[in-house]
Amino acid sequence: MNDMTQTNLERALKIVGSRPARPDGVDKVTGRALFGADKSLPNMLVGRVLRSPYAHAKIISIDTSKAEELKGVKAIVTSTDFEDFPSEFVPNGEMVVNMKDITRNVMAREKALYVGHTVAAVAATSEDIAEQALALIDVTYEVLPHVLEVEDAEKPGAPLLHDDMITIGIEPAPESASNVAKRVEFGFGDVEKGFSEADLIIEREFTTQQVHQGYIEPHACLASVSEDGQAELWCTTQGPFVVRNFCSKLLGFNAAQIRVTASEIGGGFGGKTVVYLEPLALALSRKSCRPVKMEMNRAEVFTSSGPTSGAKIWVKIGVKNNGQITAGDCVLKYQAGAFQGAPVGPGAMCAFAPYDLKNVRAVGYDIVVNRPKVAAYRAPGGPISEYGVESVIDEIAIKIGMDPIDLRLKNAAKEGTIAPYGPKLGPIGMIETLEAAKSHPHYSAPLGPNQARGVASGFWFNIGGETSSSITINEDGTVGLTLGTPDIGGSRASMAMMASEELGVPMELIKPIIGDTNSLGFNFLTGGSRATFSTGTTVVESTREAIEELKKRAALLWEVSLDQVEWFEGHARLISGDEPKTMSLAQIAKQAGKTGGPIMANCSMNVTGAGPSLGTHIVDVEVDEETGQVSIIRYTAIQDAGKAIHPAYVEGQMQGGAVQGIGWALNEEYIYNEKGELENTGFLDYRIPVCSDVPMIDTVIVEVPNPNHPYGVRGVGETPIIPPLAAISNAVSRATNKRFDELPLSPPKVLAKLMHG
Amino acid sequence: MSKTHVATHINGDSYEFLCNTQQTLLDVLRHELDLKGSKEGCATGDCGACSVMMDDRLVCACLVLGVEADGKKIETVEGLSTGSSLDPLQQKFIDLAALQCGICTPGVLVAAKALLEKNKNPSEEEVRFWLAGNLCRCTGYDKIVRAVLEVAAEARNT
Ligand code: FES
Ligand code: FES
Repeated sequence: MNDMTQTNLERALKIVGSRPARPDGVDKVTGRALFGADKSLPNMLVGRVLRSPYAHAKIISIDTSKAEELKGVKAIVTSTDFEDFPSEFVPNGEMVVNMKDITRNVMAREKALYVGHTVAAVAATSEDIAEQALALIDVTYEVLPHVLEVEDAEKPGAPLLHDDMITIGIEPAPESASNVAKRVEFGFGDVEKGFSEADLIIEREFTTQQVHQGYIEPHACLASVSEDGQAELWCTTQGPFVVRNFCSKLLGFNAAQIRVTASEIGGGFGGKTVVYLEPLALALSRKSCRPVKMEMNRAEVFTSSGPTSGAKIWVKIGVKNNGQITAGDCVLKYQAGAFQGAPVGPGAMCAFAPYDLKNVRAVGYDIVVNRPKVAAYRAPGGPISEYGVESVIDEIAIKIGMDPIDLRLKNAAKEGTIAPYGPKLGPIGMIETLEAAKSHPHYSAPLGPNQARGVASGFWFNIGGETSSSITINEDGTVGLTLGTPDIGGSRASMAMMASEELGVPMELIKPIIGDTNSLGFNFLTGGSRATFSTGTTVVESTREAIEELKKRAALLWEVSLDQVEWFEGHARLISGDEPKTMSLAQIAKQAGKTGGPIMANCSMNVTGAGPSLGTHIVDVEVDEETGQVSIIRYTAIQDAGKAIHPAYVEGQMQGGAVQGIGWALNEEYIYNEKGELENTGFLDYRIPVCSDVPMIDTVIVEVPNPNHPYGVRGVGETPIIPPLAAISNAVSRATNKRFDELPLSPPKVLAKLMHG
Repeated sequence: MSKTHVATHINGDSYEFLCNTQQTLLDVLRHELDLKGSKEGCATGDCGACSVMMDDRLVCACLVLGVEADGKKIETVEGLSTGSSLDPLQQKFIDLAALQCGICTPGVLVAAKALLEKNKNPSEEEVRFWLAGNLCRCTGYDKIVRAVLEVAAEARNT
């Protein structure tokens, strides 16, 4: 692949790097695009879910007989309709899942483990009847004490969520069960020795609250299982193939029996990578032999999908007076929710990853509590751990009187750095983003009263994974692309652009679609910032294969050998010969019938070599000392994209990620009452940033190419949510001369700190 | 429960439907009339994905009852384009990549059009406050605000 990379990076690009209209743009601005809840089928039933009102309770019995008698009720499912599984871990993007837990999260079995945990589901001829049926289901619970915070959950004697949970990763293994699912540790060197060499050591504890991805489209699906057991599933998801595999396992289907079609997806950010309603709708449809549609309402999205962890973290960093970091150490305790699987592994791996350190250690604990099971959220685990580290870095900069960007530059990870999680890093853009930040006019702009500037950097790995896509050359010279990763933010455009660049035909002649699970080999999720990298790689590879075939056909028509033909700007061209001879793609396509039949190619591979993406953000805040209100005055996000295929959508990722991070930093948090009930289950109380809360988000795209992608692409989607948390906290700390160590920086919390220190 | 007969105008066409008195206008649009362009993000008036015009007033269709549409003029995202030509806002949103997932887009477009009908020369701040009821979780609002300001500027120059 390296050769091809060379040619691509050196050749002048015509399409890649420009800003064409996205192929699905018109559908999305006219209301034509069909999202998860937008499809119906004849004879369709409505499915609704009965949810636990208790944070922790034994389920003694469930009596559905009265509900079954209600006219219009066509099917009811409980845990007895789902197979049980032994404990088995399977990787799912940047997370790991366990089928034993997945089946219990989809439908509670022995116990309900959080308010909102699914206990039963009903399909009926109308929503009203379904709701009435829910009220008629008689569940007998034995309410148990619950626990919501990691510091309570890890104490001996805490209520146990799973009485067989023995902490993994501790030698020797503990003898008794606890709520600590696992311990992880990364790092190298000798941190104690490093601290002994330091002139200054800063050590601090931080708290972050549970937050939700906050996608505007609630989960929704439509399942139809026919009498012969063939299933069709339409749903909003980041990964139709992953949904197929989860559902077939949970329900005992084989993969060929379920065809999953991904709807347009109204935001996911990691939250639409697992299953909630889909297996319920399939089970209800199988029982009733009718299509079943299910939608979550907004409150259900908050209580019963997969937000990310709240956490307690401890960070200690030692430096020389010249800014050289001598050691970094941290302990991260993340809420997993009701089942193990907090993103503490990636959190620990990336905590110190922006830096080139000799002595580093990151320890993480995955702790279960009576909250919904966490799912991935944009750079899962990263914003939390890096918030702690980047806050301490800023505090050090102030204490030793050094510019915070200079301090980072002095310690920046670069090509050849051994990352704290093991590997030697390839080319990465930490230094480049820092230098871009330093020379940006924002960094030296004057500040007003009660204003201050914060900076922070962020590192994220990005992933590759199993990917499959195909290309078809149509008889009239147009081109079809079939992709297996749902388009969540303009990826159809990037894919068509790369194919257009390779083929030399205008992008308007290329039609990309998202295929269903029957049309391609397995595709992993749109997630882990992998779509443009992985699907892009397969698109380029399959397009190049199609070009080879086109050249072959031209050689046949010209009756020359293949090595006499080259491909140039949408045409086959005869290399030798007296007269220049060319044949357009359309001319070759028209004659495909007589040169061997239709022309198509596909590429299926396990894509490796994802390039980490680094970002540095600059933020100016103003703190109202009377109310504690923090306003974002100016914001600049700088990130290494490797190569921006469609810069507008790269900027969009950076802007959207920054604003999600602003929400995390300033407002968003799950608020529970003493009964373990979530009190803010709507957008009014769980306040994500609105348009008037934020300024324009300036962006600078830095391009340090990833050598493992034909155009140099890294992922871009996740990194931008990492820096805002610390950048804002650092700015608020600088504005007030107090060190803030808790998120969100909501007015009451800021005011309390201003008043009481 | 007997249903109520409602006669209304939607995007210039007359419509009649029967609905339960507790059914929202959003529910009627989406489920009775199959106009799926208006989206439901919350059903409580907090996200603006269901924004429509009712007698030239911007409303959340999830907060209006279907029966209230009787005799009124409703405009939804499906009515923004005329024939094969897009509204300038629609075109500008595509050109400037002012949408990512697109779920908020119908509501944002309806709301932005309502603003530009009232105010030909909105400041950035006016755009931001007008659109404060339309949540977008993907874009960070930057490109949305730019698109609205550019359309306003272009309309003033023609
Ligand atoms: S669905 Fe009407 S405001 Fe959210
Ligand atoms: S584009 Fe996804 S919510 Fe606005």
